[in-house]
Amino acid sequence: MYQYDEYDQRIVDERVAQFRDQTLRYLAGELSEDEFRPLRLQNGLYIQRYAPMLRVAIPYGNLRADQVRMLGHIARTYDRDYAHFTTRQNLQYNWPRVEDVPEILAQLATVQMHAIQTSGNCIRNVTSDPFAGVAGDEIIDPRPWGEIVRQWSTFHPEFAYLPRKFKIAVNGATEDRAVIQVHDIGLDLKRDAAGNIGFRVLVGGGLGRTPIIGEEIAAFVPWQDILSYCEAILRVYNLHGRRDNIYKARIKILVKALGIDAFRTQVEAEFVHLKGGPATLTQAEVDRVARHFVDPAYETLPATDAGYSAQLAASKGFAAWAKRNVRGHKQPGYASVVLSLKKSGIAPGDITADQFDRVAGLAERYSFGEVRVTHEQNLVLADVRQSDLFALWEAAREAGLATPNIGLLTDIIACPGGDFCALANAKSIPIANAIQARFDDLDYLHDIGEIEINISGCMNACGHHHVGHIGVLGVDKNGAEFYQVTIGGDQGNDTAIGKVIGPSFAAAEMPDVVSSLINTYTEIRHPDERFIDTVRRVGVEPFKTRVYAEREQRKQAHV
Amino acid sequence: MSEIIKNGAIHADEWTLVRLAEGEDAATVELPAGRVIVPLAVWLARRDALLAQAEAGVLGVWLAGTDNPAALADDLLRLQLIAVDFPKFADGRGYSIATLLRARHGYAGELRAVGDVLRDQFFFLTRCGFDVLVPKADKYTRTQLETALTSLKDFSEPYQGAVDRAEPLFRRQSRKEAA
Ligand code: SF4
Repeated sequence: MYQYDEYDQRIVDERVAQFRDQTLRYLAGELSEDEFRPLRLQNGLYIQRYAPMLRVAIPYGNLRADQVRMLGHIARTYDRDYAHFTTRQNLQYNWPRVEDVPEILAQLATVQMHAIQTSGNCIRNVTSDPFAGVAGDEIIDPRPWGEIVRQWSTFHPEFAYLPRKFKIAVNGATEDRAVIQVHDIGLDLKRDAAGNIGFRVLVGGGLGRTPIIGEEIAAFVPWQDILSYCEAILRVYNLHGRRDNIYKARIKILVKALGIDAFRTQVEAEFVHLKGGPATLTQAEVDRVARHFVDPAYETLPATDAGYSAQLAASKGFAAWAKRNVRGHKQPGYASVVLSLKKSGIAPGDITADQFDRVAGLAERYSFGEVRVTHEQNLVLADVRQSDLFALWEAAREAGLATPNIGLLTDIIACPGGDFCALANAKSIPIANAIQARFDDLDYLHDIGEIEINISGCMNACGHHHVGHIGVLGVDKNGAEFYQVTIGGDQGNDTAIGKVIGPSFAAAEMPDVVSSLINTYTEIRHPDERFIDTVRRVGVEPFKTRVYAEREQRKQAHV
Repeated sequence: MSEIIKNGAIHADEWTLVRLAEGEDAATVELPAGRVIVPLAVWLARRDALLAQAEAGVLGVWLAGTDNPAALADDLLRLQLIAVDFPKFADGRGYSIATLLRARHGYAGELRAVGDVLRDQFFFLTRCGFDVLVPKADKYTRTQLETALTSLKDFSEPYQGAVDRAEPLFRRQSRKEAA
């Protein structure tokens, strides 16, 4: 994993000093609320419904054990003993005090962490594949590129006050696990016919009020030029993106308004001037960064550990967990483990201070001291020996981190919603918990199979509801909390935006609505068809018909 | 007389910035005496008449966020002062305009940031090539402005290249492995 050198450290230390001064000036009344807002947002600090919220950056989702412990320490010392992982691989504290934030940042800086550009109208924290470096389908490790983009975008002076937020994701595998198609810029690592490394560049994707799938702006940008190319895109956007209407200010609106071809022409016109300039990456720099991401000291092991096989046969519970939460690994005898933060009844993505400590311990003991965060709001121990899986499972169970539900219905993605977020139309967490409570039978969950339910409390789509197989969006109906349901959304290579099934529902109806959708699926599915496959085959209609028919029956039964 | 920051130090301002009021015509608006900074529209409408003043260093031109700096490309050797307006400090178009003037068009004269210019943006403004910062009118006392000078040096070794230091950190410094 990347380790700061003296320059990286100096930049975060100087940031702490800068923000400490800004906060003092704000508290002293020298900085107005309007003047302070963009400054605090660019440090991840929101003023929320009940309290401030601090979003800490976890660049491309990578953490070390000492950092995990620090996150727990902060939860314990400055918050209410817990924190929340987001769909952009970041971490949020819900209850810090504004005056404590400079000190929190100072403590984060001691473990090479920060909250830089986790919000605001700037280039946000870069995201990537949580299985980078270990997945069998990887073409090029995206982590060094994530770090290179992180450094380039950190305090980029020209792009600190963009029309709107700007998100970049990097993928390096055949399967897109970084949702690059719904990012402002999606970088897809490729090799050309001659074996040279470069990027297919997507632009203008995004969720929110107007969900749009990114379009290809360049089929192959050589790695040397990638920062110059991004700079060209950002410059066109900074100069021409709309600033008169916050809902039309994302780059996707500019790309749509111009059309991808005209937008590309403008970017190319900038790029000719930048290509070959000082931002051109050098082999030495790429090598320097890449050396931080070499494989850990794997042991030479047989492809299958005999003890592991025996444990699988002997313990049904272990086997169920392994089936859902353990993934294959490029290195024989190793596996990647997903620690579930989706225990029923807990807010999806939430983690306690005690669990932070335990995760740090598990990482040190079993996975070379590293942890990854997924955009599905779970954690990954990427490099575990198969022979350690049983012991790890037992320890994870004790920590409440071994719910065997990864990829299943209860592995719900949800934003903090109305319980915390000032922008929410409706609550998200109670809906997730009510659905989890309805589907509490593990055998049934396995029978339903892979399905993604994504819940957002408002149009901003932090819960990525558009790309959920079932998407749930909180809407305001005459001051009451209602939920609009979409189906058929998907992430990854087949990214698609879900379709609305019809009028919205009250909170209490949501478990029944999901039951109706699932019952439709289990009745008409073909063998080996996942929920999303069935929706693609038959369309929205059969699902919709049944949902509203059963809703009508429930209403009749109540009169 | 208002105070400005020029190359890192506080100076008295000698320039008057002219903004067109509603209904005023760029071709006919009366310009005050002394050193004036006129809107691009005035410059384009009366270029021949104003050229001598520009070359004498007593007339500059300011650009709005919607103006294309290429409109001045042919005049950059004649103009000794160009200003870029920030209608709101969070409107960041001026950073790209300044970068284009300096890095693309090679403008070497005085480049001023005017409008809603606040100390917390000084560092980024300087990096993008502004050598004169005109703080928002009546925003800072003299003492506050002196303190604000520290914001020019918020970061000592930025990662990426910009106008002030064209080379990114990885070209400026040899970065060793961390221990
Ligand atoms: S989707 Fe809306 S309610 Fe949920 S976290 Fe984002 S802004 Fe808040």
